[in-house]
Amino acid sequence: MHLAVTNLSDSGKLLLMVEGLLAFAVVIALILGIATLVERRGGRRVAWLFVLPTLFLLLVGLIYPTLKTIQRSLYDAGGQQFIGVDNYLSIFASSEQLVVLRNTFLWVVVTPFVATAVGLVYAILVDGARGEAFAKSLIFLPMAISFVGASIIWKFVYEYRQASAPQIGLLNQVLVWFGQEPQQFLIKSPMNTFFLIVVMIWIQAGFAMTILSASIKAIPSEITEAARLDGVSAMQMFRFVTLPSIRPSVVVVLTTIAIGCLKVFDIIRTMTGGSFDTSVVANEFYSQSFSAGNPGLGAALAVLLFVLVIPIVIYNIRQMRASEGQ
Amino acid sequence: MGITTTRRIKVASAAAAGLALVLTGCSSGGSSGSSSASSSADCSAYSQYGDLSGKTVTVYAGIVAPEDAAYIESFKPFEQCTGAKVDYTADKNFETQILVQAQSGNAPDLAIVPQPGLLKQLVATKAAKAAPAAVAANVDKWWGADWKSYGTVDGTFYAAPSGASVKSLVWYNPQKFKEAGYTVPTTLDEMAALTKKIADSGQVPWCAGISSGEATGWPITDWMEDFMLRIGGPKVYDQWVNHDIAFNSAVPTEALDGVGAYLKNPAYVNAGFGGVESIATTTFQDAGLGIPTGDCSMMRMASFYSSNFPTDGSVTVSKDGNAFAFYLPGQKADDHPVLGGGEFYLAFADRPEVQAFQTFLSTDTWANLKAKASSSITKGGWITANKGLDIANLVNPIDQLSAGILQDPNTVFRFDGSDMMPAAVGSDSFWKQSTNWITGQSTKDTLDKIEASWPKS
Repeated sequence: MHLAVTNLSDSGKLLLMVEGLLAFAVVIALILGIATLVERRGGRRVAWLFVLPTLFLLLVGLIYPTLKTIQRSLYDAGGQQFIGVDNYLSIFASSEQLVVLRNTFLWVVVTPFVATAVGLVYAILVDGARGEAFAKSLIFLPMAISFVGASIIWKFVYEYRQASAPQIGLLNQVLVWFGQEPQQFLIKSPMNTFFLIVVMIWIQAGFAMTILSASIKAIPSEITEAARLDGVSAMQMFRFVTLPSIRPSVVVVLTTIAIGCLKVFDIIRTMTGGSFDTSVVANEFYSQSFSAGNPGLGAALAVLLFVLVIPIVIYNIRQMRASEGQ
Repeated sequence: MGITTTRRIKVASAAAAGLALVLTGCSSGGSSGSSSASSSADCSAYSQYGDLSGKTVTVYAGIVAPEDAAYIESFKPFEQCTGAKVDYTADKNFETQILVQAQSGNAPDLAIVPQPGLLKQLVATKAAKAAPAAVAANVDKWWGADWKSYGTVDGTFYAAPSGASVKSLVWYNPQKFKEAGYTVPTTLDEMAALTKKIADSGQVPWCAGISSGEATGWPITDWMEDFMLRIGGPKVYDQWVNHDIAFNSAVPTEALDGVGAYLKNPAYVNAGFGGVESIATTTFQDAGLGIPTGDCSMMRMASFYSSNFPTDGSVTVSKDGNAFAFYLPGQKADDHPVLGGGEFYLAFADRPEVQAFQTFLSTDTWANLKAKASSSITKGGWITANKGLDIANLVNPIDQLSAGILQDPNTVFRFDGSDMMPAAVGSDSFWKQSTNWITGQSTKDTLDKIEASWPKS
């Protein structure tokens, strides 16, 4: 297909594109036409007709690539030789790949809880306070910055210069003010992974805060007033009233950030490029597929990522249903 | 997706071609008087190519503006004398596009291929044509056997070399060297002695930086290749690149330890940046900025580094200026191994006009035309290993030095090895493990891990 297109002249390609668009329009018109015809009889059949285009797109854009990727992961680097599960074995056997798995584990375990905790504490603290909107927008601002932008900002924060030279990194300048030696934050594994995680928390805490704050405001005032009449302390109020009331939102926030962490790529790519043992599954998948020339192993990593994400997605959807049901 | 990408690339290349046409238009308009006068005088040298009026030769390359203008300019005498038209197109996606074009059967007449690995892939598509005898004869005459072998695939000679670059250089500050009474070393032992002398005087002699995004670590791979060439010699170097000897065998271990004697010695690095580990986080662009200021005495880096110096007039790149380079010496003063890169002209057609143009490109005439064009249009930045190149045609002192190194009869030229290794090594594990090596991993672990990553088949 690709090669065939390359052979065409420019005008030929334009024609092909117009034809494609026309064919698409005809198909849609046909579906809509049939739908209006059948509509009089109503019911499930009409629904199925409307679902058809979505199903088709899912098939082409999701199911087919997934199957292809799974198939590719069972072949060697050149794509010629069937090697069974060897690619998967090498993920769990080579020391390099085990470091990648360890880092991904750290990301998924640490980031959601810390980001959610920070967001939750902040939401409770500013709830009903003066200047709440302004305080909230402050912590929400990093959400507006792209991952790459945030990574560049933090790369400068961690920047190192030798003790005798003027520091250009904020964190090292602070260390120097306190009479400490400047540090190379991004080199020492596994601490460097935590320094990268800070960037993600910085971005995601605002997201957690927004959702949780809205959820706190939705707690019926009868409940909180009743609790106050019973004489609860602030701690008890949080433990027995606020937290149970917003539990579904907390879970949704936790799982959403966890999925984001499984897929994290931009931060690693921009700040270390995967050097110094900071690579994670998504970054390694890219490196193996597109720089190391081993698309087989890359596909296996992609499938692994897919398998890891599925349970969290299912749990997330269930919780969303539960919170909608409330 | 396939359609849109191809279209976008087409549009981009069309725009590049358009720009090229504008550039040709401008320069021919500006100098039409002089060039028509000179063309009548010079044309005798072109009579061997015959009358090619009405014929067109298409050239495709990855060399885009502003460097493309010098190529187009250098083709003009051929066009004027033979009547043929040379149609030059370039885009930055050359390396992927040329493969697609060759496989689908609409390759250009000539492609400027930037590395032997890609040359092999292109020959494997069976679309490439072997070079005519006249080109082979020119290459025998003007280049060494080392260069010819890089244009040869499975015993058939395909492609004549075009431009070249030299990587075995050490940047230094000639003014500071003169003040301190240091002399440029001519053997590796002298370089070690000089390094010790500078360190003893209380200065940190070397600076280095390997941070380069995803490619972090590559400057160390260049260091190691240079030491492989010097310690093992060209033969062992070739065996190492082709994996005929293991990556963790004796000579590579000795070579990497040789690099470590400089880069992992806290007394020798990293001038202006901190300790050994700061090499890992310093970008290679920043690393040598201390040379003109005198903070750093030496940095091993290819000729293209000169473009990183500030252009505010504070840096003079010349033999008596505050920044220049010397040849990274061999074991003995007569040993002259050179690590570098270069481009090749690969033909996909054997029509007479294409072969005539190919022959013209392999002559000393074209090499000098191109050198003059680059000197006047981009202030240099282009050299070739063609021994017929007159160094007087180069304006940039670093170009003159590099061309001199390439023309030295003792020079043995070798391509950057990591470019020729499989991608899993050359653009992944070699970089990554070199980075781990500089942050503390032992030489043995480093080489063992790279050896383990070499693809089995």
